Amino acid sequence: MNYPFERIHGPMTRKQLLRRAAVGGATLSLPGLLAACGGEGGIEGEQAATGAGETTVVQELADEITVSNWPFYIDQNDDATSFPTLDQFTQETGVKVNYLEDINSNEEFFGEIQAPLSRGQGIDRDIIVPTAWLAARLLDLGYLQKLDKSAIPNIENLEDTLASPPWDPNRDYSLPWQSYITGVGYDPKKVGGEITSVEQLLDPALKGKVTMLDSMEDTAALFMLEMGGDVANPDQTMFNEICEKLKKAVDDGQIRQFTGNDYTGLLAGGDAWASLAWSGDIVILQADNPNLEFRIPDAGGISSVDTMVIPTGGDVFTASTFMNFFYDPAIAAQVAAYVNYITPVKGTKEAIAEIDPALAENPLIFPPPDVLENLHEFSAEAIENPEFQEQWQAVIGV
Amino acid sequence: MSFLHRHSWLTPYLLLAPGIAFLVLFFVVPLYYLGYTSLQEGTVQVGYTFNWAWDNYTSAFSTYREQFFRSLQYAGIATILALLISYPLTYWIAFRGGRWKNLLLLFIIAPFFVTYLIRTLAWQNILADDGFVVGVLQALGIVADDGRLLATSTAVIAGITYNFLPFMALPLYVALEQIDPRLIEAAKDLYSSSTKAFLRVTLPLSMPGVIAGTLLTFIPAAGDFINAELLGTPNQAMIGNVIQSKFLEITDYGQAAAMSVILMAVILLLIAVYTRILGTERMAG
Repeated sequence: MNYPFERIHGPMTRKQLLRRAAVGGATLSLPGLLAACGGEGGIEGEQAATGAGETTVVQELADEITVSNWPFYIDQNDDATSFPTLDQFTQETGVKVNYLEDINSNEEFFGEIQAPLSRGQGIDRDIIVPTAWLAARLLDLGYLQKLDKSAIPNIENLEDTLASPPWDPNRDYSLPWQSYITGVGYDPKKVGGEITSVEQLLDPALKGKVTMLDSMEDTAALFMLEMGGDVANPDQTMFNEICEKLKKAVDDGQIRQFTGNDYTGLLAGGDAWASLAWSGDIVILQADNPNLEFRIPDAGGISSVDTMVIPTGGDVFTASTFMNFFYDPAIAAQVAAYVNYITPVKGTKEAIAEIDPALAENPLIFPPPDVLENLHEFSAEAIENPEFQEQWQAVIGV
Repeated sequence: MSFLHRHSWLTPYLLLAPGIAFLVLFFVVPLYYLGYTSLQEGTVQVGYTFNWAWDNYTSAFSTYREQFFRSLQYAGIATILALLISYPLTYWIAFRGGRWKNLLLLFIIAPFFVTYLIRTLAWQNILADDGFVVGVLQALGIVADDGRLLATSTAVIAGITYNFLPFMALPLYVALEQIDPRLIEAAKDLYSSSTKAFLRVTLPLSMPGVIAGTLLTFIPAAGDFINAELLGTPNQAMIGNVIQSKFLEITDYGQAAAMSVILMAVILLLIAVYTRILGTERMAG
């Protein structure tokens, strides 16, 4: 379904790529169409019976592996025609990579894959990269297969802080891809100054030029931090207050849109002056609009881990081999140098210094302790709470 | 004697069989399933159970009344606009197009060889706040200096009108093209003015095209969600957006199905009234 890319022939500049990627992003926000095309078909129902945990692993590499990830989440070469680390993986293993940038938002992606997975069918993908809370839900629903750790010796490079999340304490089913920070991406020239709090996005001077994320764990959470709330244990009254405030901002025309990853096109094109945004995206968008800046609000930013998992039907051995490859610090450094997100792989800092010493000091890739302290994660239970969901849906208009 | 010769009364039914099988498989069964789903309750985590959850209907309507009415309103305005644009256009092609008729028709259809999504995304670029179109309109004072086109109702309605124009234009063209110009000549010979000839001869004869065109435009437009999603804001959300998000993001299948059923019922009702007023026999021409 990434046909905007397939139509493109010949080399293109990074700028063009970003434009097209932005278009692609918007395309991907239309799960209705995705479902219509990708549909119920799924793949061979063979794997149907294999629930989580009872997988038999064939230790033989497949010819091809299909990976679903978010846009702007892997390194590209200078003219944006290929993904160097994926090419290296193919050279080393002979496995071709069908790399799809088709995750625009967790909710949408879940809606898309839920139907076949619930019937025990595969989704034509060997690895998907949802955010931790969704990975936990997928595991809970029995949609995931165990990693083949014998194929992942590099798992020892996993950062200690990420080694045992409560939902998968031994990392039997999941490995982090990157951690992201949610904050504000904006163009100071257009906004006319610095943005240090999300409350400033509700300034009437920015009316109609603001986008926010359609995920409550980002948008509502940032406002909760602003109000001094505890996002790990959200307070119902405070949540109500935030919903009311944002609903009013929608009605007043202050908030232009709630978006998934497709805010990038609006921000780069100037239709939005300030957006709730993900850290690394802004660095890549600077190629299009050098003025853009990313800021973690003074009251705190949101952070979580986008996590590689193997859905039902995926080839476990090949997928595990792929994960192992990206846990090599030299490879992780190449990815981090391009995407500017927080890498989960130990030793990357040393490896990245060889690419560019300045990168080792980049606070977005290697946040110093004072930044880390200011990052919080929204409660997974709150995301799964149907009342919160319903209230939030009313805010974002659908 | 073959079986069919002995039972010749069976022949029409056998001829109908593929059509009936198709309708049962792709219309009756899905419709039944939609109705069944609309009375279910549950979540992905606990599963879905059928328990006559009429509540899906009442809460769908009370919560999303605004989006329902907005959809009908947008679709209605877009249908009228498409008619006003298509009628003179196809009239001209049918009566004045001469040997260029086919080429001119191709011009109407040509943009639609590009996929729906890409066309709508193109409008996102065309109407962008810093774009050429908004700039010119601002200079002319048509759009306020701090105003915009993208992310407004105007953009959404314009997008729907544009995207469904061929559904209006083609049936209209077929109806107009079939009119014998000699009838109009005859009217004029009998001292009718051009206006009167149009109102008494051309317009009534083109009604089948008008009816077919408005139905073909209004029905899909009322359920559209792409234009509202790409060219609007949450304040322009249509019922299609809500159904889309209920089905695919919230995975509240019961309520999503209930909303689909309500939308279908409302559209059927409107069509019933509409064809009653204009007369169904005209549809057949």
